[in-house]
Formats: sequence, structure tokens, C-alpha cells
Amino acid sequence: MGFSGGGWSRNLETHFQKVRMVAPSLKLQDLIEEIRGAKTQAQEREVIQKECAHIRASFRDGDPVHRHRQLAKLLYVHMLGYPAHFGQMECLKLIASSRFTDKRVGYLGAMLLLDERHDAHLLITNSIKNDLSQGIQPVQGLALCTLSTMGSAEMCRDLAPEVEKLLLQPSPYVRKKAILTAVHMIRKVPELSSVFLPPCVHLLHERHHGILLGTITLITELCERSPAALRHFRKVVPQLVQILRTLVTTGYSTEHSISGVSDPFLQVQILHLLRILGRNHEESSETMNDLLAQVATNTDTSRNAGNAVLFETVLTIMDIHSAAGLRVLAVNILGRFLLNSDRNIRYVALTSLLRLVQSDHSAVQRHRPTVVDCLQETDASLSRRALELSLALVNSSNVRAMMQELQAFLESCPPDLRADCASGILLAAERFAPTKRWHIDTILHVLTTAGAHVRDDAVANLTQLIGGAQELHAYSVHRLYNALAEDISQQPLVQVAAWCIGEYGDLLLEGNCEEIEPLQVDEEEVLALLEKVLQSHMSLPATRGYALTALMKLSTRLQGDNNRIRQVVSIYRSCLDVELQQRAVEYDTLFRKYDHMRAAILEKMPLVERDGPQADEEAKQSKEAAQLSEAAPAPTEPQASQLLDLLDLLDGASGDAQHLPPLDPSPGVALVYLLDLPCAPPPPAPIPDLKVFEREGVQLNLSFIRPPENPALLLITITATNSSEGDVTNFICQAAVPKSLQLQLQAPSGNTVPAQGGLPITQLFRILNPNKAPLRLKLRLTYNHFHQSVQEIFEVNNLPVESWQ
Amino acid sequence: MQFMLLFSRQGKLRLQKWYVPLSDKEKKKITRELVQTVLARKPKMCSFLEWRDLKIVYKRYASLYFCCAIEDQDNELITLEIIHRYVELLDKYFGSVCELDIIFNFEKAYFILDEFLLGGEVQETSKKNVLKAIEQADLLQEKTEYHSKSFIGFKKAY
Repeated sequence: MGFSGGGWSRNLETHFQKVRMVAPSLKLQDLIEEIRGAKTQAQEREVIQKECAHIRASFRDGDPVHRHRQLAKLLYVHMLGYPAHFGQMECLKLIASSRFTDKRVGYLGAMLLLDERHDAHLLITNSIKNDLSQGIQPVQGLALCTLSTMGSAEMCRDLAPEVEKLLLQPSPYVRKKAILTAVHMIRKVPELSSVFLPPCVHLLHERHHGILLGTITLITELCERSPAALRHFRKVVPQLVQILRTLVTTGYSTEHSISGVSDPFLQVQILHLLRILGRNHEESSETMNDLLAQVATNTDTSRNAGNAVLFETVLTIMDIHSAAGLRVLAVNILGRFLLNSDRNIRYVALTSLLRLVQSDHSAVQRHRPTVVDCLQETDASLSRRALELSLALVNSSNVRAMMQELQAFLESCPPDLRADCASGILLAAERFAPTKRWHIDTILHVLTTAGAHVRDDAVANLTQLIGGAQELHAYSVHRLYNALAEDISQQPLVQVAAWCIGEYGDLLLEGNCEEIEPLQVDEEEVLALLEKVLQSHMSLPATRGYALTALMKLSTRLQGDNNRIRQVVSIYRSCLDVELQQRAVEYDTLFRKYDHMRAAILEKMPLVERDGPQADEEAKQSKEAAQLSEAAPAPTEPQASQLLDLLDLLDGASGDAQHLPPLDPSPGVALVYLLDLPCAPPPPAPIPDLKVFEREGVQLNLSFIRPPENPALLLITITATNSSEGDVTNFICQAAVPKSLQLQLQAPSGNTVPAQGGLPITQLFRILNPNKAPLRLKLRLTYNHFHQSVQEIFEVNNLPVESWQ
Repeated sequence: MQFMLLFSRQGKLRLQKWYVPLSDKEKKKITRELVQTVLARKPKMCSFLEWRDLKIVYKRYASLYFCCAIEDQDNELITLEIIHRYVELLDKYFGSVCELDIIFNFEKAYFILDEFLLGGEVQETSKKNVLKAIEQADLLQEKTEYHSKSFIGFKKAY
């Protein structure tokens, strides 16, 4: 019989179609192959949609024979991200079936598709109950597994009695699962602790590792939830010690060992529980001391398993009341970990040492060289930790050596660590500088290496530092001049250098400075450099302000005539930048109308005392400056008055405050607090920052500090940032508080916030609140933005109670 | 442990075991972000990273990434051992396991995991016992499954 084409193939086609409908559905593996064979996402989707249609049909038809296969396929496509909710009911049916195959897939489906959010999940409770009480062991296992994976609180409450019964079953297979299911149940329904606490002590006598492990996990969970349970279980500490000791000394069984370490999972779990029980409890801690020492010294450290146990031991030693010698041993173990070739081990060592550096400082100090070596790590998360730890280890005796290392690191470190490194170095230098000159050098080096990454107050700090060290004025100005001559791009450096040259230009030109090579600088060069800064597109507006002021000051410091300076000042009278324009106008006026006062006004800054009363000098400076401009004297110190009095506050530029970086009369307070925080956990919980204002990319944030030594004092730092495309200029913030509080505003860091994340303005408010009255704060902001003047008055909501209680 | 994810170097999910209740949407989001983060890691980096408020422990075995999320007080090093033990179990069961085995037998991968961990905690530390339990369950499954013999011949003809 031949094949005659057309008719025959058409019949075959219909025949095929019929066959497809009654043929057994695709096997799971065939479907997977088909999906993997799809060349495009669209093709894959098509295959899956077609198959899902079949699966749905099959579910509708209620075919019990292939249901498990259909669900398995559905679970596969679910993993690929396709919807599978129509399979939920099928899970129920499969679980209720008596066939083991069905139950296996049904329970798996329940774990993957059902969860407490779906009401359907409760429907399996009954099946689980039946399986738990009447099923064979593998079935009981499935039910317990499912319950402990997705069991909701209601399910747990319902099924607790069943699980409790299973704890007493002879079969270890079921018991170990029941115990861990109990752990889950307690997590969901803490009241069930009372049900599962009693059997624990008895279970500890078991020898089966799985049961022991589960029991210890259960006890741990109970103790973490209830102080009463914790007290109760302290009595098993000797037993736990015994179990661990047996494990470590004689418990070598290949079945449970990894690389010669006996059941490290169990060891770690026991050690963890011991930690919880020994914490803050002398007696328990003493009971475990010897054992911990034993484990710490005898565990094989050639492979990760042993190191995992050792690590847990170290954590336990450090957390309980251990003998001093034991603590040192623990820190030394961490020190050895730092030398391990496995970088995972180095990671946990660095993390742990960081946690210990405050409490066991001298022990950790011994490992300083190794820590410093870790700065060279290629993995950024390791080098970051090494950096934090190194900074925490700086003290007065090692400061020179450490700074050298850290400075070297700063030069080559990855960009995201730069800012932290720079500010860390500066903070450490503040605390431990052996000499002022060293301090200045250090800051200078940081500014040259990572100027863009330093914090805003670095400039203020450095100028203050230099200002206060008369013997170093010549040295500073020379060094800064040289640095500036080489590079005018690093803004903080340029600002400080400009200020310094302005102040001490005469010393620069004298050329005498023993400490560095004499250099011949002539007036024209100095002026040219400052002019270059003024004109450079790299200079921020604030920087240019510094440069202009410096030029002005030089008019009284230099010998030659002032024509060049006058010319520059004159040009800037029509500068587009309003800040600069204002200054230039003022300085020009100084030349033209108040020349007799010029020398006095531009006199050198008096020596600055860090904690002394700056207010006088400041006021003197500003009063004189005030005679020039129409504006009111700055810094504004509005009386703490009714909230409505805000409008009485004088309008006006605090333009002259830029003469000088804001002298904070008591930087000591805020600084001391900050310095205590390098990498240690903050002692009193820090008050969260508060965003109080946002408009077109201009944002105002408040951060709060309550210095512990002065509970009535609240320091608020306002930070104004600008993420918009337009500069914010003439920014003034005024504040008012209720009568019972006292408010003092320090001079702001500036009045301009350049666009696109330029240098923010910060301002410090000091609020005295001795009666702990509820804090209320009203703010008035005025500024120019996008060629419009903006005024906003508002009361700050959501002030954290920690700011006044 | 809060969850364990297995995924390929192309970011395809091969197994997901969640021990905390989360919506499908949240699971997808977490999976997507975490896969991206882990795949971006360079080979010489350490196996631990901090992500959201969790610690992530991951390790690559051939073409598969094994990724676990643990809590702050959990021991990272022992988690590495957990991952390794799971891989050993798979290896013993499938005989030199490769990614394809886990793709085509994903339910088995789950069953094996469920004999090793329960509710996110280790339930059995003996490799032997875990494999024995799986073996017994497989046997039980075979015994109770019935084959639809009548259609097999038919299918083969075409």
C-alpha cells in the first residue's frame, strides 16, 4: 500500500489531534527540554502558555493519575517566574491523596505556592493533622517539613498538640523533625514555649546528633525569647559542657566529622547556646571557662570547619565573663585569623576585632601591624574594615607610624573609601597630634591627596589650627603657597592657602623660614597666583571669595603699591556672582572712602583659642565690617522669644562672616562628641536626622547632638543642600524657639549652595533647655534660587523626643 | 537561615527555599537584586557580603551559585559548611552532580535539602542518614506509583 499524499496526511493530522488529547501528558523532563530548546523568550513563553493550558484542563478534568506530574510541571514553570496560582487547590488534593508520590509533590507545592497570605493555606491543616497522627514516617516527615516551612500562626496553634506528641516518638527520624518544627512554632506563636519547654531537658540526654542538635536549637530559641527560660536552662550548662567535651575529645566518628573536626554543626550550636547562657552570669561563665580554653587550643585549624568552630568559640569567650587570659587568647586567635590565606577567615576576623576594639583595646593593639597590612586587601569589604579598625587603633604612642601608613593608603585607596579615610585621618590627627607642625603637615597632606573628599569643616579646622600657632605661621604660609602653586584644583586646599596667604603674606615675602628651604617669592607672583585662583573655572564661588579677601588683605601686607589689587577689586564689582560682587563693592569702597580704616580692618587675626570666648573678637571684627555694608551685624543672635518674633529679626547679609571661616566659640563641645565616635558603636543612641524642608531640589536637614556632659544642651546642625540645576544664593536661616528655651545661632558656613550637589551650608544652633520643655522650632528661610527670591516660614514637625527629654 | 537561592551564571533561578513568609512580589524583587549583586562580585572577593540587614553567604560551584541569607548572630563560616554539605549530598545522590541534574530533577533537589535543613536549621549532620532517608522515600515512591503501560506502545509508534 502506497502513501498517496493529501488525503492520507489529512487523516493523519486529525488522528494526531485526537491522540494528543487522550495521550499521556508530557513528562516533566520532556517539558523542561522543550522549554530549554526555545530560542527566544517569546518562544519560551509560547511553549509554557500552551502547556499551562493543558495543565489547567487536566486540573479541571480532575485526573487523579497524572495530577502529580501536572503539578510538578507547574512548579517548574513557577520557578521560571510564571504564574502558578491555579495549582494551589491541586496541592490540597495531592496532599489528601493516599499515594506517597502525590503527597511528596503536593507538600512541595504547598511550600512553594501557599503561604500565610492565602486563605487556602489553612485548608491543608486537616491533612497535616491526619498525616502527623496516622501517617507512616516518611509522610510524617513531609508534613513536619511543610509545617515548619510555611506554617502560619493559626496552623501552629492548631497542630501544636500533634507535634508535641511526636517529640516522644521512638523514631529519631521523626523526633528530630518534630523538635525543629517546635522551633518554628515558637517563632510564630511565642506562647507555645510553655508547651515545648518541658521536654527539653530530657531530650538533652539523647545521643542521636540530629536530636541533640534540634534540642539545642530549641533551647536557644526559648532562652532568646524569655528571661525566665534563660534562668531555667542555666542549670544545663554543666551538661552542655560535658556533651561538648565528649564531642571534642572522644567523639570522633567519620559519620559526623568534617576534616577531622567532630560534628562542627553541633559544636557551633552548643557554643552559641553557651554564649547565651553565660552572658552576664559569673557562675555559668566559670563553668565553661576550661572547656572553652580546650576547644580554642585543640581545634584543628587547617580547614574551614575547624575555623568555624574556633570562630564561634572566640565569639563566646568575648561575650561571657571569661578570665582575662582567655580573652587575650581569643583576641590572639583572631589575630592569627588575620594571617590566614583564606580571605573569608580574614573577613570574620576583621569584623570581630572591630567589635572588640573598644572593650579589649590593648589586646587588639598587639595585632596592629597585621591589621595595617590588611589595608592592602583587594577586596573592598576587607579593606574597608581594615581601615575602620586601623583608625580605631590609633593612639598617642603610635600616631606617627599609623598616620604614615594611613596617608600612604589614602593615596592609593579605592575612591569609595577616600572620604572615610580622609576624615578618619583628620579626626585622629585632632586627637593625637604630637606637635602642631605635624598636625598642619598632616592636614596639608590630606588636602593635597584627597581634597575633594574631606568634610566641610576641614577648612575651618585648619585655619583655626594655623591661626592659633603663631610660631608656625611662616612655615604654614610657605608650605601652602608651594602647594597652591602646584595645584589650584583642590578646593579645600585652595581655600586654606588663600586665607593663609592673605593673613601672612608678609611672612611669605620675607622668605625666612628655618624649616624649609628659603624661597624667593616676589609680590607679583603672589598676586598672580591669587588672581589665577579667582579666574579659574575650577574655583567654587566660596573659594573665589577667599581669594578676593586674601588679595584685599595683602594690600596692607605688601610693600608695593596697590594698583594691581585695586584693579582686580574693581573688575569684580560687576561680577555676576552676587557674593563676589558684594565683596568687591565693599572692598572697593574701603579703598576709596575708608582708606584710613583699611589697615585696622584688615589687621591680622588675633590668636585663636580653641575653647576660649571668641565672641569678643568676632563681634569686634563684625562691628567694623558692619560700618561698611548696610547690613546688620552678624552673627545673628535672635533672642529666644515667641515664635512670632521671627519677623523682627533683621534682614541682611552676613556677608562679612566670610571674612573668616566661622569661628565656633565652643567647637570643643560638638567636636569632642564627634571624636568619640570614630568607629565605636555610639554610646547614647544617636538621634536620627530630620529632613525638614524641600523645595525644587533645595533641602534642609537637621541633625541633633545631646552632649552627655551637658544634658540641658542641644546642638542642632542645619545642613542646606542643593541638588537642583541652579545655585542657591543669599541663603539665610533664622530660627525661633519657645520662651523657656534659649537659642544661639552660630555664623553659618556660607550663604551659597552651588547647584548640583555643591558644598552645602551648615549652621550650628545651640539650644539650652534646662527644664526639658518640649522643643518647638520655627524656621525662616530666605534665599535666591532660579532668579527668584524665596521665603519660607514653617514650624518643624516631628522633632524627635530625644532632642528635649 | 532566612532563605537559600541557587542560580546559574546567567542569573536563572534553579532552586528557591524561603524560610520566612514573603509575598511572591517581594521574593521576586529580592531574588532579582541579590542575583545581580552576587553576579557582580569579582572572583577574588570573599564569600560574605552585607545586604539590607542580612548577611549573605555565597559560593560558586561550577556554573551554579549557592546563596544563603543569614541573620546577624549567625556564624558565616559554618554557613559555608552548610552549603558545602548540601553540595556533597547532591553529588552523592546524582553521582558527580552538575547543573543539568538540578534542572531536570529540581524536585529531588528540594527533597534532599528538606532532609538536611528544616525550618532554616540543620536537622541532620550525618551524610549517611540524609541519603538513607532519601533512598527510602524514593523506594516508597516507586512502589506506589503505577505506570500507564497501555499508552506507551502507542506513543512509540509515532
